[in-house]
Amino acid sequence: MSSPSLCLELTGITKRFPGVLANDNVGFSVRPGEVHALLGENGAGKSTLVKMIYGLVRPDSGQMRFNGAAYTPARPSDARTAGVAMVFQHFSLFEALNVAENVALGMENPPPLRELAARIRAVSEEYGLPLDPARMVGDLSAGERQRVEIIRCLLQDPKLLIMDEPTSVLTPQEVEILFRTLRQLSAEGTAILYISHKLDEIRSLCDGATILRRGKVVATCVPKEKTSRELAEMMVGATLNPPERRPGEKGEVVLGVTDLSVASPIPFGTSLKEVTFTVARGEVLGIAGVAGNGQDELLLALSGELRVAPDKLRIKGHAAGDLGPNERRRTGLVAAPEDRYGHAAAPDMTLVENAFLTGAIRKGLTRHGFIDWAGAKAYAEQVIRDYDVRTPGSYVAARALSGGNLQKFLIGRELDQSPEIIVINQPTWGVDAAAAAAIRQAILNRAAEGAGVVVISQDLDELLEISDSFAVLNAGRLTKPRPVEGLTIDQIGLMMGGAHGMEVAHHGH
Amino acid sequence: MDIAGINLVTLIASLMVAAVPILLAAIGELVVEKSGVLNLGVEGMMIMGAIGGFMVAVATGSPLMGFIGGAIGGAVLSLFFAVLTLGFLANQVATGLALTMFGLGLSSLMGQGYNGVKPPPTGALFGPLGDIPVIGPILLGHDWMVYFSILIVAVVWWVLRYTRTGLIIRAVGESHDAAHALGYNVARIRLLCIMFGGAMAGLGGAYVSLVRVPQWVDGITAGAGWIALAIVVFASWKPWRVLLGAYLFGGITVLQLRLQAAGSSIPVEYLSMAPYLITILVLVIMSSGRSKAALNAPAALGQNFHASR
Repeated sequence: MSSPSLCLELTGITKRFPGVLANDNVGFSVRPGEVHALLGENGAGKSTLVKMIYGLVRPDSGQMRFNGAAYTPARPSDARTAGVAMVFQHFSLFEALNVAENVALGMENPPPLRELAARIRAVSEEYGLPLDPARMVGDLSAGERQRVEIIRCLLQDPKLLIMDEPTSVLTPQEVEILFRTLRQLSAEGTAILYISHKLDEIRSLCDGATILRRGKVVATCVPKEKTSRELAEMMVGATLNPPERRPGEKGEVVLGVTDLSVASPIPFGTSLKEVTFTVARGEVLGIAGVAGNGQDELLLALSGELRVAPDKLRIKGHAAGDLGPNERRRTGLVAAPEDRYGHAAAPDMTLVENAFLTGAIRKGLTRHGFIDWAGAKAYAEQVIRDYDVRTPGSYVAARALSGGNLQKFLIGRELDQSPEIIVINQPTWGVDAAAAAAIRQAILNRAAEGAGVVVISQDLDELLEISDSFAVLNAGRLTKPRPVEGLTIDQIGLMMGGAHGMEVAHHGH
Repeated sequence: MDIAGINLVTLIASLMVAAVPILLAAIGELVVEKSGVLNLGVEGMMIMGAIGGFMVAVATGSPLMGFIGGAIGGAVLSLFFAVLTLGFLANQVATGLALTMFGLGLSSLMGQGYNGVKPPPTGALFGPLGDIPVIGPILLGHDWMVYFSILIVAVVWWVLRYTRTGLIIRAVGESHDAAHALGYNVARIRLLCIMFGGAMAGLGGAYVSLVRVPQWVDGITAGAGWIALAIVVFASWKPWRVLLGAYLFGGITVLQLRLQAAGSSIPVEYLSMAPYLITILVLVIMSSGRSKAALNAPAALGQNFHASR
């Protein structure tokens, strides 16, 4: 018998997928009430590991013990019955269903919906996460959606709560509310397994950490005793340098947007309202905001997928609002949308084909209307080389690359077209520290060479690191851009206004 | 109660009968589409049900066995679709179209010896009660399949709206990735829905060959499956609207036949196209204008699911 003082204990866990050893002899343990971090780069095997604990994937070999007993979940319902709950990185929610229905779908034996709604209200009050069970999930903000996931877990009295990148879409205020909830749970004896790329958060929240690199445990530590830099270097196994800023001169305005109002083409989307800003050569404008506040729509309007009145958008002084994406590329504007699989890339096409799709115009990859395959291949390989994309070759399908590697390829594909205006939504979403640093550096390099850059991101640290000016998109409205210098996190939180209705619910003591 | 030489009571009574095949096929397809699968093979499954039901009914002499045979015929054909799209991840649109072609050809082959054969008759459920004036023909004078088809609509509505099974079906159709992450077996749920859709289409087909016509001729379903598909979409995937759409189509079909018989001055061609035109027009108007209705489409409709690691 293993010691009953452990909540979860893994020994010798190995999982092999065709061509990849995802987990190699992994072992670690979590005590009841401990908040344990799982750290590692993209592709280090964290997701596979938690999927095995949640019963979505079965290990090839190795043992798991849960509360002292052997634990071999064959499916998620076994895991839930045993007391394991999981909050997913990509929300496992159904937009067209209401909160109570979404919660019911994640439970083993849900009570009738009316009773469940009452319990959702009770639990959400108890943990300070107010939530209306009758609302459609499609209408909720990212923070509220996450509450749905968390409450779904809490209703089952979990002994172990797994959280996969829970804070990547939250405002600072929302993160604080989440952490308060997690600390309350941990004080009640619930063990928490926490996966995140945000090392500061891990240092403030977690009691212990296991660090994975290429499927192996390379270190365990107490995160509070390490600096973020040390943690990142343990993950990467190399020394990291922060992006370098070469203070460049601001040139003339290359992109001007005036009073841009446009209805959202996306179901449950947010319309843009009177958005106004300018970007000059050498300037990086960072646009923050919680997901679903018009980010996707802004990217569509800037890239040309959504056309507007000609004079609402001016490129290098010329009215360009009615130009489509290809015409805008011709004038020097490149755009990289957020969704890697399906919007930024055609997932089933090869890297060469994907390189051709946006590079054709600016890199001259067509001849008399025919595709210049040799040129396209050379361009794809150039991007792979320049941006250290790890792939067996340029012939593989985009889908086959890990998220971080594909992101490096897609950003590189745009940046290598010698653009004059760059629009990027979420440049480093779900990308590990080393790759994120490389992408940020590449963006800064282009700005230093005289491009005007618009970066839309939900990662505040990233925006503060690379932006010259800063604005917030909130319910489709953009605040007046302000210089980054001298801004505090608190001021930004207020600008974001995501705090409306976000107060922790007070309950009687 | 005669208008332009047409008796309103018999019109309503006969539209309820005329609507049964489309209603059954459409309500089955509604469940299939709610689970995120677009099966365009409704026409093929209907005609397999028509010949399957006809053969069984002739062989056994029992219309009930015939209807069961029809349901099985449709379900078996839908199984081909399920294996190809769920197992081999074939394109749903192409597979559905192929299914229709295959069903039309196969039914024609199977029906070779059945031309001119009479199937056993399906009698009215309540016998002499159907002779009560007005309510008799409308409410009590039908065969049991008419009541069954309405019952099925009610059951589908209730299951989708109020039961856990229905919630899971809707969830799978909304986001198969999320449903998979929560541990639901997407392929199995869709398989069952596809087979239910096949059985309902088969039942509708059997009703054509056993009650509506009643004999076997090639291509007997005459495009009813396509109308059923259109009704599902324009009914915004809502069961009671499917009933409305089917009755509207059935009503205008019957009406235009009566008008032709009554020697109407409108050319026959316009009358024959009227059911298709008016049904689609009415349902388009109903489903347009309100964004909510347009959003009612299952988000994962037509997308294949593969559980990658």
